[in-house]
Amino acid sequence: MSSRLAPSMNPDTQFFWDGVSEHRLLIQRCTGCATLRHPPRPMCPRCNSVSWDTLESSGRGSVFSFVMPQFPQYPWFEYPYIVVLVDLDEGTRLVSNLRDIAPAEVTIGMRVEVFYEHHDDGLVLPQFRPEAQS
Amino acid sequence: MSGWLKNRTAIVGIGQTEFSKESGRSEMQLACEAIKAALDDAGLTPADVDGLITFTMDNSEEAEVARNLGIPHLSVFSRIPYGGGAAAGTVMHAAMATATGAAKVVVCYRAFNERSGMRFGGGGGGTGAMASMPLWLSWYAPYGLLTPASWVALHARRYMHEYGVTNEHFGRIAVVDRKHAATNPEAWFYGRPISIEDHQASRWIVEPVLRLLDCCQESDGGVALVVTSAERARDLRQTPALITAAAQGAALDGEMMTSYYRDELLGLPEMGIVAKTLWADSDLTPADISTAFLYDHFTPFVLMQLEELGFCGRGEAKDFATVENLSLGGTLPINTSGGLLGEAYIHGMNGIAEAVRQIRGTSYNQVADVEHVLATAGTGVPTSGLILGRP
Ligand SMILES: [Zn+2]
Repeated sequence: MSSRLAPSMNPDTQFFWDGVSEHRLLIQRCTGCATLRHPPRPMCPRCNSVSWDTLESSGRGSVFSFVMPQFPQYPWFEYPYIVVLVDLDEGTRLVSNLRDIAPAEVTIGMRVEVFYEHHDDGLVLPQFRPEAQS
Repeated sequence: MSGWLKNRTAIVGIGQTEFSKESGRSEMQLACEAIKAALDDAGLTPADVDGLITFTMDNSEEAEVARNLGIPHLSVFSRIPYGGGAAAGTVMHAAMATATGAAKVVVCYRAFNERSGMRFGGGGGGTGAMASMPLWLSWYAPYGLLTPASWVALHARRYMHEYGVTNEHFGRIAVVDRKHAATNPEAWFYGRPISIEDHQASRWIVEPVLRLLDCCQESDGGVALVVTSAERARDLRQTPALITAAAQGAALDGEMMTSYYRDELLGLPEMGIVAKTLWADSDLTPADISTAFLYDHFTPFVLMQLEELGFCGRGEAKDFATVENLSLGGTLPINTSGGLLGEAYIHGMNGIAEAVRQIRGTSYNQVADVEHVLATAGTGVPTSGLILGRP
């Protein structure tokens, strides 16, 4: 796969991308009050603790919002592509792409699951697709 | 209880360059031309100025502006963050400085070559990796969410879903703005109104939320505003536009333009905070507003602003925001200069200049019997707003 724009990282966010490279979707969790937060940041807004660990997400959730950017066009995408806002079952929300489905088939609230896409330059990104029927 | 700033200061001068797609001169020159025009309008000279306030995003440094204009003495200079969210904030800070006596005459300015130079809508140019991606953008850019239009659309999509709003509803804002621009000779789209059919025929920028005609222009140009005390204003050339209230607002769990983590994405909580302060400090209600400039970088957030400001209830903007209601002669004429979609994108400062003209009675699209004018700043970001009144 040709690559995407690569994220930058700092000590607050490194764990998320390390997790992704191991195919684990990690959510930051306050060790003071157990509140989950995303995107990662150093302090818990609920109890102001700076201590945290992580919870591994099931990678499952539902579509909260989605759009198809059409312009300007970038070399990293085949059009149309879907940008999705996913409500993870654990309660946090994140932006990703929705794959393996046509835009016209997507509905708000539909179930989705994570998978990981490897790019030629070593970048790994979490992506979502319709949840497999179990 | 009234805010302590109420009617203690005024905007006494407005100045602008022409609005274009290629100014052919430096941003510094645009800034200095706009400031000189605003001082001439007020009947003041550079020697009267002792404060300069601009946006953190502005490239024209205060000391160099002062050097060009020959301002000998500056005692207040500061910058307001968050892109277009700064616009009314510059006036608020100028009002605080002149009301306290920290400065006597403060000029607020914003000038850029946003079309011919660095364009905000380009999303990094699309040619390769950015040299260093800001940390916050790392949660969006890898997934192709790279432009202000796309950041706004992912938020507005949720509003459409909850309230049954369609892109055609958004189109009415574009029609109103272009209708007003069509009769403003200073507007880029002077003489070029559009119909809702034109809007619906324009191509998708971010499907199914924003078409081309939902997105504001990119412009070159500059605007400056002169603020001084209400007392000093009485002796100056123009009818002062009293600063009845001015406020900034930021809300819990916000980001620059990607505040996706709140429980609901149905409003603009930052503007809700601004609105609460404006109404409390001015002792006014939405019914007292004769006309408004509602920041219109993207049409969906104009509907949400109508709700946050209390002009209609939650989810009711799609019914309230008809072309008739929002046009000259309607219940709440908005963006009478054409707004950012029709006149020019000068980061909202041109909307404040128009609010001043409405107070003076000198707009090309003058509303009858104006008493109070509301102007808001950039939405989806920490923002600001103000209410101007007639003396
Ligand atoms: Zn905590």
